[in-house]
Amino acid sequence: MLFLQFLLNGLLIGGLYALLALGIVLIYKATRVFNFALGEMLAVGAFILYTFMHAFHLPFWLSLPASLIIIMAVGLAVERVALRPLIGQPLLAAIMATLALSLMLKGLALFFWGSPTVSYPSKFLPGRAAALGEVYLGMELIWTFVVSIACFLALLFFFRFTKSGLFMRATAEAHATAQAAGIDVERVFSLTWGIAALVAGVGGIMLGHRFGIGITTLPVMAIKAFPVVLFGGLESIPGAIVGGLTIGVIESLVGGYIDPRLSEITPYIILLLVLLIRPEGLFGLQRIERI
Amino acid sequence: MYRPCGTFDENYTQTMAIIRTRKHWALTVLGLGFLLTMPLFLSGRVLHFINLLGISMIAAQGLNLLIGFAGQISLGQSAFMAVGAYSAALLTVHLHAPFWLAIPAACLITGLVGVVFGAPSLRIKGFYLAMATLAAQLIIPWLVVNVRTDLTGGSNAMLVPAPKLGGLVLNNQQSMFYLIIPLTCLTIFLVTNIARSRIGRAFVAVRDNDLAAEMMGVNLMQYKLLAFFMCSFFAGLAGALWAYWMRAISPDQFNLMESIWFLGMIIVGGMGSVVGVAFGVIFIKLFDIVITLYSPSLTSFMSPQLAQDTAAGLSPFVFGLIILVFLILEPRGLAHRWEITKTYFRLWPFKY
Repeated sequence: MLFLQFLLNGLLIGGLYALLALGIVLIYKATRVFNFALGEMLAVGAFILYTFMHAFHLPFWLSLPASLIIIMAVGLAVERVALRPLIGQPLLAAIMATLALSLMLKGLALFFWGSPTVSYPSKFLPGRAAALGEVYLGMELIWTFVVSIACFLALLFFFRFTKSGLFMRATAEAHATAQAAGIDVERVFSLTWGIAALVAGVGGIMLGHRFGIGITTLPVMAIKAFPVVLFGGLESIPGAIVGGLTIGVIESLVGGYIDPRLSEITPYIILLLVLLIRPEGLFGLQRIERI
Repeated sequence: MYRPCGTFDENYTQTMAIIRTRKHWALTVLGLGFLLTMPLFLSGRVLHFINLLGISMIAAQGLNLLIGFAGQISLGQSAFMAVGAYSAALLTVHLHAPFWLAIPAACLITGLVGVVFGAPSLRIKGFYLAMATLAAQLIIPWLVVNVRTDLTGGSNAMLVPAPKLGGLVLNNQQSMFYLIIPLTCLTIFLVTNIARSRIGRAFVAVRDNDLAAEMMGVNLMQYKLLAFFMCSFFAGLAGALWAYWMRAISPDQFNLMESIWFLGMIIVGGMGSVVGVAFGVIFIKLFDIVITLYSPSLTSFMSPQLAQDTAAGLSPFVFGLIILVFLILEPRGLAHRWEITKTYFRLWPFKY
């Protein structure tokens, strides 16, 4: 029974990790930039919703779309100001740019919202636990899981059936070829950042609802999405889901059976093992090098 | 290599010399003399800043060897500093080793740890390597906090006794200055020479294209691991000095943020340039201290809590902004500006 509890807990937490990982994978797939600023984007998304609900006293159903639109605008602005001038620059420039962005967003969040951890004035997700026989599951986590699966399905639909999705897939394949075929690659990049910021915003709100919103606490959790992304494969959206669930379950089992403290770094040990054994991850593209 | 007009090399010794002309010698001697007499007329707070600058310089120059010359990305420099700091502290506290023995030992231990975490570089590169070193950055402080807490003090600060040399106790900024600054100068001298020797040329070849370098007969495994060893060696030196200088170390002094600061110094200074990185360290550290000094007057009209948060947010915000501006407007860093300035004065009063 205990095993089942750990397993299900891990699966549900894994759903959250998968949602966070989606925000990274989307950007990497299209633009070949790894978004180290994810954690701060999550926190900013969560804080914007908090501002609407706490300072403006708007109801949840009105604040949510408003804050999602704003966080999407933040994503678009970030791409236009910081990353577009760096297209074609070496790898370190892209890494440093997103690291610099994370610092700037952190600074801005401290200006606007300060350092204390806050929580939403009214809980919009049911907080009690659901009992399944002898296994107890947090309803929040179940909702998070449902939302991340919904995001995943929506993205699959978007990539498969819309024209913009097709453009994004083509751009992910090869930038130069896509451009030659008449696709506005720069527009695709900004669209990608917009969507990824949206996903990050949803993830941030979910995280903030469960763990409280703080500029120092949320980004620490977002770092756990990095091993997930590498485990599943950098370019793969299904990989993010599979990786998220796997890492969540392993982390939960290690925490339950071996040592709760060890579970903090289990994802990074898995990350090192993945890098040593199969660097491209489960569903990533294998790199072939030519001189 | 430029020579001033009328200076000719007549033998190989002259060609290889770092200090070339008589004026150059005079400037070097004067500069070093000025540097070493600084503690006689500067106050403790300024010396504190200069010591911090020296330690950061050592770590940044080591990282520059790895990133700027060998082209391997590391996000874990401050974790390696933690290894150096804790090795030196453990050797001093529990084995009562004198500091002149503990510092080299700490450097070697850190170098070996660096090789362990650099080993994936044989199989992966670029972004994946950055992730491996990020894992090091997250795992090493965890080890300090959770393993053998009876020795390291866990997440609490670990106290380090002041280094002693005979009857001399190095327990103030003046005396630590004479330990830190000569080692900083030695590091800069070593890095300059490593960069222009056989090893440095091999590093550059690996950076520009490692497959091509291997074809040319550069032993990739040897040189990549050597780059990681040297980088962590200097990180260990910086860490050991930090331990003796701060006299109290804790894992949160060596977080991911510090590693990003070192990367920022290299970006701002200019990758693959020893002088540039020196400028970068001074530039970033000066900015940091100016912000800490002047943010109270900027935020004096706010409520205390708001002022505190604004002050805390100002430093990362400005630092991120500096990195972005340099990446977009001057990717070659201050080193390139320095070259332009030097050329301008060399040609003056002519335009070119």
